Order: sequence, then C-alpha cells, then structure tokens
Amino acid sequence: MKELDYSIVEEAAKQLYIKALCELPPDVRIALKNAYAKETNPAARSVFDAIFKAIDIADTKKTLLCQDTGLPIYKVKIGSKYNWNGAAIKKCLSEGARRATQEFPFRSSSTHTITRINPQTSVGPGLPVIYYDFADDVDTLDILMVPKGSGSENMSKMQMFYPQHGIKAVKKFILDTVIESGANPCPPGIIGVGLGGTADLVMKLAKDAIVRPVGQRNPDPMLAEMEIELEEAINATGRGPMGLGGDISCLAVHIEAAYTHITQNPVAVNTQCWPARRARAIITPSGNVTYGY
Amino acid sequence: MSKTHHLTSPFSEEVIRSLNAGDIVYFDGPLFGIRDLTQIHIFDKGNPPPVDLTGMPCIHTAPSLRRVGDKWEKICVGTTTSTRMDRFTPGLIGQYGVRAIIGKGGLYQGSLDAMQKYGAVYLAIVGGAASLETEQIEEVEAVYFEELHPEALYRFRVKNFGPLTVAMDSHGRHLYEEVGAKIKEKLPEIYKKLGVI
Ligand code: SF4
Repeated sequence: MKELDYSIVEEAAKQLYIKALCELPPDVRIALKNAYAKETNPAARSVFDAIFKAIDIADTKKTLLCQDTGLPIYKVKIGSKYNWNGAAIKKCLSEGARRATQEFPFRSSSTHTITRINPQTSVGPGLPVIYYDFADDVDTLDILMVPKGSGSENMSKMQMFYPQHGIKAVKKFILDTVIESGANPCPPGIIGVGLGGTADLVMKLAKDAIVRPVGQRNPDPMLAEMEIELEEAINATGRGPMGLGGDISCLAVHIEAAYTHITQNPVAVNTQCWPARRARAIITPSGNVTYGY
Repeated sequence: MSKTHHLTSPFSEEVIRSLNAGDIVYFDGPLFGIRDLTQIHIFDKGNPPPVDLTGMPCIHTAPSLRRVGDKWEKICVGTTTSTRMDRFTPGLIGQYGVRAIIGKGGLYQGSLDAMQKYGAVYLAIVGGAASLETEQIEEVEAVYFEELHPEALYRFRVKNFGPLTVAMDSHGRHLYEEVGAKIKEKLPEIYKKLGVI
C-alpha cells in the first residue's frame, strides 16, 4: 500500500478545532432539550431559550458558539492494522491547531504560563495536549478534538483520600466541588469524575469522563448507579442554569475509574460547560476522512 | 413573580429602581464594553473615560474585532466572569453614573451597596452564548483607549439584547447569594440522601 499523505491528518486536525467550536454534538443538544422540558423556574427557562438561540446562530452562520476557544486537546486512537507514523501524527495535530487559529481566524487562548505572552497560535510547549491510545482489529486513526474553556477548567479539583475515608468522602467531595464552583463553569454541563489510579491518571480519567456522549452510562452497574445518585444530588441543590436558581444544575455526571494503590483512594472532578464541545474524525489508510462526534 | 422588561439605554434611575431580582431584561441602544485593563486605566492610572457613561450599561468583555478601514467590525463578542472586576464597580456607578453592569457570576457586597445607593443593577447574561450576543450587537460605534484593545472601551449599539436576568437589584437583593443560602439550608438533607453523613 502506498504511504498516506499526512497533510490529510493536518487538515483534519484543523477542521476538527473549527468544527468543535461551532457545532455542538447531537447528544448534548438532546440533553439540553430534555433538561429544558424538566425546568420549571421561569428565569432558568429563559437561560435555555438563549442557549437554543445561540446554538441556532452558530449553526446557521458557522460562527463560534462561545468566545473562549479553550486549550486544544486531541485524543487519538491508533488502529493496529496499519503502520501509522506517530511522530507525523503529532506534528500534524499541532500544525492543524495552529492553522485553525490563524486561518479561520479565531483568538488563541493559549499563552506562556509566566510571561503571559500569547503568540496567537494556540500551540506552544505542551500544547496541544495530546493523548495516544491504541485499538485492536482496526486500521483507522480516530481523532477526538476537545477545546477546553477556562471557566469550567478552572473549577477542576483532585484529592488523594485514604482507603479508610471510603466512598462516602469521595461522593461528598464531588458534590462539594460542584457546589463551590457555582456559576463559573456555565452550568448546566457535564460533571466529569475520575476515581482511582495515580494523581495524574485520576485527573485524566475525569477528562475522559467529560467527553463521553451524554446519555451513555458507565458500563459498570456500580458506577452507573453512582452517576445517577450524584446527578440527583447536584440537581437537588437548586443552583440552576448559570447559577441563578432552577431545577437543572447539571446535564450528567460521568465517572471513569481505574485500579489504584492499596493505600490510595484518589478522586478528581473536571467540569465541562453546557457548550460541551467536541468533534471527531476517523481517517482510513487510503485517506478517507469521516467527521462525527 | 418574575417580570420581563423591554428597555432602551441609557436608563433613568426610575426605570432601574423598578427592576427586581429575578426579572428578565432585554434592551436596545448603546452598550459599553469594558474589561480589567480598561478599568485599571481609568481608576488606577487616573484616565477618566473620554465619553459620558451616565445611565449607560457596561458589559464585561474582551471582544474579537476586525479593523476595516477606519471602522471596527465584530467577529465574536462574549462575556467574561465579573468578580475580578468587582473593585472598580462602585466607582463606575458612583463616579460615572453607570446604571447596569452586565456579566456572569455576579459581584460582591460593596458593589451591591453602590447599586442600592445610586440606583444600578447587575444583569447576568447567559455565558457560553457568544454567538447570540454577537448577533445582537448591531454595530461597533466607537473604540476609546484603542491602544488597550482587546481591553479598550467600546461603544456598541445593540438590538433586543438579552435575555438578561436581574441578579443584583437596587433594593439590596442578590440572587446568587439567595440561591447559595437555599443550598446551605438544603445541604444536610442532600448529604443524607447521598449517604455521605
Ligand atoms: S465556562 Fe465554558 S461556556 Fe462558559 S465562557 Fe468559559 S468556555 Fe464558554
């Protein structure tokens, strides 16, 4: 087979950043509609009205839904049945993010962490954030793009509990973290929770949780039940859309878990705002690209 | 019961005092865009705004604009979190006569006191809905302190701008705090149901 032209991957990486910023995934739209149907507070209902109008305008005018273009994150899954060039993929993702920013153009939200100089490229040391994973039995390259805004990302929290604190402390921590974050993450969004692993893995699990389509439960019944319990608790607070009071304070709680150390009990929360933006591309070795979510 | 108001800026004290926490507002007319640097320039560096802000609404934003000839065109205008700019708010209201602050997340007690004293409100916008905000901005009429762009002082003209929720009114009510107080009350019950206490 002839070697793939990697400019296809770069172009996809560019299109994905733009698509994610402009087109809200269908599962999030459905979750917002379902939430609106349940909301009884008039001010909260007007928040939903504005949300639906904003989505419509972004759709018809192909404009950004939210002005915060976020930090670019790419999650790639490399199929084992084709000889994908990892180093080329890495370069393409970075170039794609840069080109999206400068060619669309939209503001770069990425900056030097000390000098605060923003080269208006969205990329730099450590950015885009890239996660690599591998899939058996397929030959495709699966790229999921997530622009992560700061209002929600700034509310992230993790805690290394001990086993003696049990699941009780973990659940309380999750609820308290959501309550403390108030209106900042533009609720109602997705509450991503990581359980177990190491300090870094637990936060990554929480990030994995926010990109799961709304409406899907964790396949482990114990974790699925915990998701429902926490959703009920969060919505019972009455914080409401945009923190102004109402019945719906979150669209979903998603939990991802890993094994952990016998003396550890880590938990992390990563919140996603109501514009739970993400876009996906599946690329075949022959260079066909299919876009989705 | 929450009321919906359709207003025109600049606002009179009487109109502003008729608004109550929880009401919904839409308005037409001029709207000023401000951010951290704009207000540092005005208050910390002592440069009074070169335009009259009496009765005006101000929004916490850093707009994406494009320069076309001698005009500015909108690309994307969204709203940022207000709390960082709390310390400037009593000055905007007391010294310059601003009657409405638009943002997300709310402000603190000092701002609420100034709103009560002079007759002003905080209007919460729907965060994340920048596409809608941008659509409702008809024109960028002027940019003052241009060297500070994207944190200059902008005069926009808006049409049916909203929905905005009156989150802090001129009668001392603070919606975010009321919601917070209710959460505190309910929390023991919620903890119990979740089985964490
Ligand atoms: S928290 Fe999310 S929706 Fe709100 S302004 Fe930031 S990125 Fe946009």
